[in-house]
Amino acid sequence: MLELRNIVKTFRQGRESLRAVDDVSLTIGAGRILGLVGESGCGKSTLSRIIMQLLPPDAGRVRLGEVELTALPRRDVRRHCLDFQMVFQDPYASLNPRFTVFSTLAEALRRRHPQLKGSELHDRVAAWLETVGLPPRHMRRYPHEFSGGQRQRIAIARALAPEPRVVIADEPVSALDVSIQSQILNLLGRLQAELGLTMLFISHDLAVVRHVSDTIAVMHRGRIVEQGGAEQVFTDPRDPYTRQLLDAVPVLPRVPIR
Amino acid sequence: MPPLLDIQDLRIHFHTRDGVVRAVDGVSLQVEAGEVAGIVGESGSGKSVTAASLLGLVPMPPGRIAGGRAWFDGTDLLRLTGRELNGYRGKRISMIFQDPMTSLNPYLRISTQLIEPLEIHEGLRGKRALHRAIDALESVGIADAAKRIHAYPHEFSGGMRQRVMIAMALITKPDLVIADEPTTALDVTVQKQVLEVMRRLQRETGTAVLFITHDLALVHEMCDSVTVMYAGRVVESASAAMLATGPRHAYTRGLYRSNPAGAGKGCALYSIPGSPPDPARLPGGCAFRERNTLGDADQCLADHRPELVEIAPGHHVQDCPGCLAPSQD
Amino acid sequence: MTRPFSDPSVSGAARSGVADDGGRSLWSDAVSRLRRNRAAMWSCTFLTIVVLLCFIVPFFPIIQDPAVQDLSGRNASPSAGHWMGTDHLGRDLLARVLHGGRISILVGLVTTLVSLTIGVCIGAVAGYAGGRIDALLMRVVDVLYSLPFLIIVILFSALAKSHTERLTDGITALTGWNRDAVAPFTGLLPLFVAIGALSWLNLSRIVRASVQDLAGREFVEAARSLGLPHHRILFHHILPNAVGPIVVYATLTIPGVMLFEATLSFLGMGVQPPYSSWGVLIKDGADRMLSNSLLLVFPSILFVLTLLSLNFLGDGLRDALDPKSSRD
Repeated sequence: MLELRNIVKTFRQGRESLRAVDDVSLTIGAGRILGLVGESGCGKSTLSRIIMQLLPPDAGRVRLGEVELTALPRRDVRRHCLDFQMVFQDPYASLNPRFTVFSTLAEALRRRHPQLKGSELHDRVAAWLETVGLPPRHMRRYPHEFSGGQRQRIAIARALAPEPRVVIADEPVSALDVSIQSQILNLLGRLQAELGLTMLFISHDLAVVRHVSDTIAVMHRGRIVEQGGAEQVFTDPRDPYTRQLLDAVPVLPRVPIR
Repeated sequence: MPPLLDIQDLRIHFHTRDGVVRAVDGVSLQVEAGEVAGIVGESGSGKSVTAASLLGLVPMPPGRIAGGRAWFDGTDLLRLTGRELNGYRGKRISMIFQDPMTSLNPYLRISTQLIEPLEIHEGLRGKRALHRAIDALESVGIADAAKRIHAYPHEFSGGMRQRVMIAMALITKPDLVIADEPTTALDVTVQKQVLEVMRRLQRETGTAVLFITHDLALVHEMCDSVTVMYAGRVVESASAAMLATGPRHAYTRGLYRSNPAGAGKGCALYSIPGSPPDPARLPGGCAFRERNTLGDADQCLADHRPELVEIAPGHHVQDCPGCLAPSQD
Repeated sequence: MTRPFSDPSVSGAARSGVADDGGRSLWSDAVSRLRRNRAAMWSCTFLTIVVLLCFIVPFFPIIQDPAVQDLSGRNASPSAGHWMGTDHLGRDLLARVLHGGRISILVGLVTTLVSLTIGVCIGAVAGYAGGRIDALLMRVVDVLYSLPFLIIVILFSALAKSHTERLTDGITALTGWNRDAVAPFTGLLPLFVAIGALSWLNLSRIVRASVQDLAGREFVEAARSLGLPHHRILFHHILPNAVGPIVVYATLTIPGVMLFEATLSFLGMGVQPPYSSWGVLIKDGADRMLSNSLLLVFPSILFVLTLLSLNFLGDGLRDALDPKSSRD
């Protein structure tokens, strides 16, 4: 479905140049979830911006389905923008504070269906709110009237409303409170199964990634150092960095719960 | 021997235009000398405000200490004037903040910032102070400390800056260090290194640490005792080992249950429904009632707040019948 | 304050049937929030009254001609004939204050509008585009900063003089108004366009800084990933979030310009006798403070009240456009 081949992106800062993404190849099958694990500065946000078509790569190919995006002229790439949507880490920063929930979702919906208006638009927005587990009567509210978890639900609805073919979830739960994280993980899991989403799930937390993803890629200093089935990477890590990462994540003891 | 820090029935209110926010609503907790005590809670649970009040760092107004005592070595910290508190701040109690970039002054060399507390609290100056500072930097694992001590904060990475903060907090050999989410801004591998340094120094110096975090797993790695806070109150407190054998309150149980590491692949995780109550409109009874699915919400107290009771030696839980698990035997 | 028309649930229900885009709901919500702000509504009422008084009342015969001198009744105290008394030439002070208000208000609004338009556009484009465009625009701003402001304004208005004559003739021919009534306004127009065209510099820097900050936020990134055109991102997503500093700056600019006009008049560039403005009246009043303090007191009171109202209205606008400030 989504295929990246030998992506390279270099940033120049004065005389120094930094290879943010260094020869990265990834494949996500249709309806599958790829977990991308890495720490800050490893190049995962640059990579996600390249996938989102917000940043052109220096070299390499991006293919979505049958379309070779990197071969298209810049103008035509914009049309494919909508096929990639993102759920950001911080739901306090990712929603426009001056837009009501309705405005936010209506804008996203009408990018895909410009003819939507009136009560039809209203119903579609309401339907999306219900899908992500929010009462539709709240659609005239502003982001600040919602809790972090509710905002992340709105952000998820905004990402899914334009019917993207690939969804990137960039640390979607790490800014949320502990008691909310599992709600959002469940929601993403449910929507992925129901809508058959193809997803790139970025996180530093291997336990979360393992639970969510089918395959895992570990990124370090711009390169993919390890890639494989989720269980295999988790139980039998080959690369020393993966082992270091696994070792560093604090583990909650499994306690008997009654 | 009395505990080093003994907080009793602490109440901190914030007067906002939405009304009175009871950020901390009757919190009691103890820190023994030389132990690492953890406070774990979500944002808005009152954990950071509790800690900030000990050093007089709660902004007043809008904040107000509405009641309670915080005994530290025979003195009630809450009754001290600003000047009296200065004798404790940085000397007997020091603090490590979440973001090392904002808590170090970017315009001053590390050496200046490390020596300052020594000058103020111990009257140490010149070469001797510098040597102490270099020793402190070495102890947190900064290589080539004698040279790097003259650098500015921005020349250090995030993890290194947090090490500098730890060195700074420990340089006066305080009795208590308050660490408020000290590693939240760091990457996991760096977090592990920083925590190892903290833990090692804590053992070496015998300093007590009040470790505040939202991460339950981290508490188990770091702490001897755990206090779980929810909606401005203590929900459950016990030694870490005791908690691992079986949390009792429905909220604590929910936190452990929702851990993805323990769940089967592809199955839905257990999740606590809803979100924490608005601190300006706390319910009259059990604050967890609305979200309680592990216990029996119908049995939750509706008319008065559940008291904290000792159900086993050293294990305190809010006495709400709906939230408590059926007993083991 | 609960008036039926400002009840949030009522207006919310009324709105929900209407399909609207992002902009409209923000503005209609802002209006309802502004209505609930008591200080802003009082200020709005006061400003409306002042504007009405200045622009309509002088046409009624109850107000005397501000130019008519009555040398026998100089420095008269307030009376039934002269509500604010008369000045050192026996002219009716009330008439002069009202006529002066027309010029002051026009000057303040025209200049601020020009300044706002240019400043916001330049600042927003520079902050959003970044890179070379930003560098170029900001160098232009730097160069303009280094120019002697007053001289440029004077030069420009001198150059524009012949054009203003024609403008005056044009308006007179079109409307059939008295040429003497039109001339003071058109004569001042180039001066204040010039001030407006040069006083946007600070504003453009303020706007640029906040646009830069906002452009890096994730909600803007989300808007970009929807493939929205740049103008929509800039004007719908970014600028409404930067409205706070813009409004505050605008409310500070208006009184600044009104006072600057007094300085120019003193230099012989602004309003010329027999016409006047609040700035000129206050300056004249200050000169004669000891002989007739009322000449200072009345114009000053009106000036200060107007400025206060503008500030309250500005604060109200800022809060109204920020959904976080609402209490519901």
